Amino acid sequence: MLALPAAPAPAPRRQLLVGTAVVCAALTALLGGMFALYVRLRDESLAASGHWLPEGVSVPMVPANVMLCAILPIAIFAQWAVYSAKRGDRVHAGLALWLVALLAVAMINAQANIYARMNVPATGGTFNTMFYALTGLMVALLVSGALFSAITAFRYLGGRTADRELVTAHALYWYFLSFAFSMLWFVIYVTK
Amino acid sequence: MSTLSRAPHEMSLLPMTTIDTTASSAPTSGTGLACVAEWLTTTDHKRIGRLYLGGGALGLLSAVVVAVLLGVERISTTSELLEINSLSQLFAFERFGLTYLALAPLMIGVALAIVPLQLGARSLAFPRVAAAGFWLWLVGAVLAVYSILNNGGPNGGNPRFVELFNVSALLVLAGLIAGVVCLVTSILTTRAPGMNMRRIPYFSWSVLIASLALSIALPVVAGDLLFTWIAYRYPSPENVLSSSRAINDWVGFGFSQPTTLLFVIPVLGFFAETAATASGRRLVPRGVLFGAIGLVGTAVFATVVQTPVTLRPAFSALDLGDKLADLAPFALVHGLPLLGAFVAVALVAKALATRPKLQAPLFFGLFAALLFLSAAAASALLHVGDAALGGTTFEEGNWLTVVFAGVIAAMGAVVYWGPKWWGREMSNKAVLPLALLVFLGAELAALPLMVAGFADQPGAVFPSVNADSNAIVAFDYAGNPSLWNTLSTVGLALATLAVLAFVALAVRSFRGDANAASDPWEGQTLEWAATSPAPADNFPVVHIVSSAEPLLDLRISDRSGR
Repeated sequence: MLALPAAPAPAPRRQLLVGTAVVCAALTALLGGMFALYVRLRDESLAASGHWLPEGVSVPMVPANVMLCAILPIAIFAQWAVYSAKRGDRVHAGLALWLVALLAVAMINAQANIYARMNVPATGGTFNTMFYALTGLMVALLVSGALFSAITAFRYLGGRTADRELVTAHALYWYFLSFAFSMLWFVIYVTK
Repeated sequence: MSTLSRAPHEMSLLPMTTIDTTASSAPTSGTGLACVAEWLTTTDHKRIGRLYLGGGALGLLSAVVVAVLLGVERISTTSELLEINSLSQLFAFERFGLTYLALAPLMIGVALAIVPLQLGARSLAFPRVAAAGFWLWLVGAVLAVYSILNNGGPNGGNPRFVELFNVSALLVLAGLIAGVVCLVTSILTTRAPGMNMRRIPYFSWSVLIASLALSIALPVVAGDLLFTWIAYRYPSPENVLSSSRAINDWVGFGFSQPTTLLFVIPVLGFFAETAATASGRRLVPRGVLFGAIGLVGTAVFATVVQTPVTLRPAFSALDLGDKLADLAPFALVHGLPLLGAFVAVALVAKALATRPKLQAPLFFGLFAALLFLSAAAASALLHVGDAALGGTTFEEGNWLTVVFAGVIAAMGAVVYWGPKWWGREMSNKAVLPLALLVFLGAELAALPLMVAGFADQPGAVFPSVNADSNAIVAFDYAGNPSLWNTLSTVGLALATLAVLAFVALAVRSFRGDANAASDPWEGQTLEWAATSPAPADNFPVVHIVSSAEPLLDLRISDRSGR
């Protein structure tokens, strides 16, 4: 009789964290490809006709800057949740998670404000399509992030305080979103 | 042949707890609705993989039949077999079907079904995500076929259905991405104790490389599809993303080489796996082989940056001279994958010099690897600007080579690992001729198209042929214009018949009670330590691994102990 040696149950290997990292890499490729095509078509349009934005359209910078100002504290709060969770501080971990969710909702609100003020029809030139595709995707990612924060908060405050990997994965997702939104802010709102 | 079984003391050990051990796939006991519900809600990676394999087989058979019909149509401009206005959509169906409804699900299905077993894991990471991925893929596949049938595929004339095609292609991609994310996470986190990255089986390594590459490349395709979807939803004349050729122009790279090459990287791992088993030896040097397979993954650069031309300015800025500035980006995105494939195939083939056992999976692996090698070479040649092969049938022949490399490897995987999934074996003698027939059919289908490509027969990723039926057979060629198209069609028909025969044989072989041995091939890796068929949670206990070939070690120590 031949048998391989048996082992005791191995230590956890951060499956959720690794999975989140792979998803973030895939989303980075998704957004990176879209940004690249945006920049390319913008350059081609500028070279051909000298303009890119539809006539009469101006990009409101105030809500865009507010969004940027919100995304940076989100990353800090997400890390605060990890720090508190590691110390078993339920109150502060919960507070940090709910603050992240709240700021995510505030960012979605700011994006809605940008849509209302720009008043760009979806039917139009190439810019219109790309603007709504990129910002719409970012809103979808923000909604996912807010849901992620809410689920993490409910699970953590519901008593699963040992599940610190979820809080860490949550923070990783928001670091990614901070980076992604910073890119979006620069490409769409600053360089337009 | 050694019999592997559990030692009595292992029975009392706790099961591995780091991963989901609740896979709900005990052997089907119920009938009717209960059985359907079990398959619908399964989280067993073997079942999810088999669902992908079944879906991929259906996609393959339907797309390849269309490919044969198009081949017949191509033989002569006077042919009236197919409605002239439907040709564009049939070409789209052939390309989309063979790539994303056959090749991709077949490769991902095999990987999902076997990789956790190879790793000594009791489950896949995120099995519910993988299952959801399959259903997303299936819904997307059905909707994509429906939209193409309604003149809604790429270059289609019905805008509402073109829009539907965009959405359904996004669903297909989302499903596939879910699958590769689960595979990457599994390989990185669920390996058996002692199985470091250098000890993972060749097939799992190649799946890791392919999955990482695909998790970067497929989202880029999806991003461009997202743009075209919104552009089709809100069209305007000045929008370049809603023009009739927008999908071809902006998303076409996702249906051509080198993107499609990424799906078949596991072919190299499968060849290595079967060669090691047949030769009964360890393949050395292991690190170089791993590196060579990893090198093929650099093809992802070409997918993401789309063309070496995009990279050229960066190299020009380095003041390397014009020639080097041209060659360096080309070598990076097309030369390195070819070099990696060549080194990998050569290293594995070296092991076959010592009279290997004539096992059918080895031949499937060998044929698939040869096709992969020729596909990588043709892909590099395709992108040589001076050869002017872009937009000709050379690309189509190259693509067929890639598709059939994957198909043959998937067929070989079913023969090789079938006992672990169904508990029964296929006859070695019966499948061997089929492997040869599919290989010959694939070569016969692809090579004439490549030759015709040199004679400038037009072809493209999604050809627009509605306006001119002559376009599909027009050559800059003095000989008999139907010769190459006839040969290619005969090859496709031969491969189709052989695949059909294989499917029929597989269905017949895998029905009935389980009777396969645990290790019918005398394999070297951990999946052969599980019973045949493998139970829902794969292994009752966690195994410790102290080398890359734990079962070969056991066999050697058993022989020396006697």
